[in-house]
Amino acid sequence: MRVSPKITQVLAVTVLGAATILTVAVLVFVIVFVLVKGLPWVDWEFLFSYPQDMGKSGGIFPTLVGTFLLPLLAIAIALPLGLGTAVYLTEYTRETQLTRTLRFGTDCLAGIPSIIFGLFGFIFFVVKLKMGWCLLSGALTLAIMVLPTIIRTSEEAIRAVPNAYREVSFSLGATRWETVLKVVLPNALPGIVTGVILSIGRSIGETAAVIFTAGSSLRMPMSVFDSVRTMSVHFYILAREGISNENAYATAAVLIISVLLVNLAAYTMMHRFIAKRSK
Amino acid sequence: MSSTVISIQNLDLFYGAFQALKQVPMTVRGRHITALIGPSGCGKSTLLRTINRMNDLIPGVRVTGSILLDGKDIYAAGTDVCALRKRVGMVFQRPNPFPLSIYDNVAFGLRVAGMSDRCRIESVVEHSLKGAWLWDMLKDKLDHPALGLPLDQQQRLCVARLLAVEPEVILMDEPCSALDPISTAKIEELMLELKKKYTIVIVTHNMQQAARISDYSGYMLLGDMIEFGETASIFTTPKDKRTQDYISGRYG
Repeated sequence: MRVSPKITQVLAVTVLGAATILTVAVLVFVIVFVLVKGLPWVDWEFLFSYPQDMGKSGGIFPTLVGTFLLPLLAIAIALPLGLGTAVYLTEYTRETQLTRTLRFGTDCLAGIPSIIFGLFGFIFFVVKLKMGWCLLSGALTLAIMVLPTIIRTSEEAIRAVPNAYREVSFSLGATRWETVLKVVLPNALPGIVTGVILSIGRSIGETAAVIFTAGSSLRMPMSVFDSVRTMSVHFYILAREGISNENAYATAAVLIISVLLVNLAAYTMMHRFIAKRSK
Repeated sequence: MSSTVISIQNLDLFYGAFQALKQVPMTVRGRHITALIGPSGCGKSTLLRTINRMNDLIPGVRVTGSILLDGKDIYAAGTDVCALRKRVGMVFQRPNPFPLSIYDNVAFGLRVAGMSDRCRIESVVEHSLKGAWLWDMLKDKLDHPALGLPLDQQQRLCVARLLAVEPEVILMDEPCSALDPISTAKIEELMLELKKKYTIVIVTHNMQQAARISDYSGYMLLGDMIEFGETASIFTTPKDKRTQDYISGRYG
């Protein structure tokens, strides 16, 4: 017997709605849980003072700085490389077996567990190049880790720019490079920014690859050759070693708020740019 | 009597194995309007796009024969394609302003060409908008988004954007096919004004349009130039039976 369309309609709306509510509820629960357990311990003192006793007491200032610097440096390395690759693959080559293979390769890279990148970074940057555990080793490793994301999101964004824009640009005598610079990239910006935000998120949240390559020093980094500890690593160590649950949750709360602020800042910047451009 | 600006001879064009143009001849006279008519897929847009080498962008295109612009073969080795496209501009089928302000659209070509003198850009923008009959309408909202304009103004903005780079020849690829009859009439009027200063080649599906505005017409069919000559004689006394059939509406 066929179920009446009316009933399937109601059923579909209910099931889809329930899925949405469940998803959002889980997310909200996680965030609220961490904030409730952590925020009471967060104050200016906690944010801007140095940790004592391996983090048992005191603040998280060096890890705050590390959490800021490491992804920043990683993106600074990965964005030019990734965006350059994406532009090359989309604008300067025709679809061939080689580009398809490259794309398949980047897709595979995107799915590799971060610990593998950490291990590679440890063997190559830390040991082989004798850079030791430091900000730079960590940033290079994270850069490799997020490169596939940046390449693929940028590629998609560039592909989505209407071909008509390129045609007009060429027809007005622009070279391919001028077209890329003045037409393609500005119009692909929202997509590129999305990739960067995803990458920052992954970098900020990364622990395994960071412990292997940037180390976990609690001292304030003075150069890119100093070891750093990010908040994620700090949280992991505090919780794992049972040093201080309060400070672990407080760190997690600061971490969540930082990620939110970074995303907010990136979106605001992007919207301001778009508004300014199309005005 | 005006001089020949573009002279096309024995033009063959292949998309891979498919031959889209077959030994096509055409002569374009300066400061006149030349129209290309014919059924869909006959190669008239392809022919148009060989004149500013836009076909170069399509993979697998091969061109033989010669297109002389002011006596120089534009397919000769060492031709600066960007410089060619500044001399031979194009208006497309669909109005396609960039998602920028009206001002930035018109200034686009100048900025690409490296002009940074703001006063100079402003004067060219004004001049170009006047040339496309948009200045009086838009002078107070140059910072508005171009995509907010009605379609016929968008299309004229595309003309203004083109005029800013000071082309000699303007190619129009069915410029009115997205427009209603009133907007079409405005564009046609503008074209008649533009031909005082520019050489225009237009592809059109609309035979009345070709008859109304063009001085010379070419009828194309399946990649062949069936007949080319003065518009008046093509439309009144076509020499070829196939042209006659098309014009009288029996075919196409």
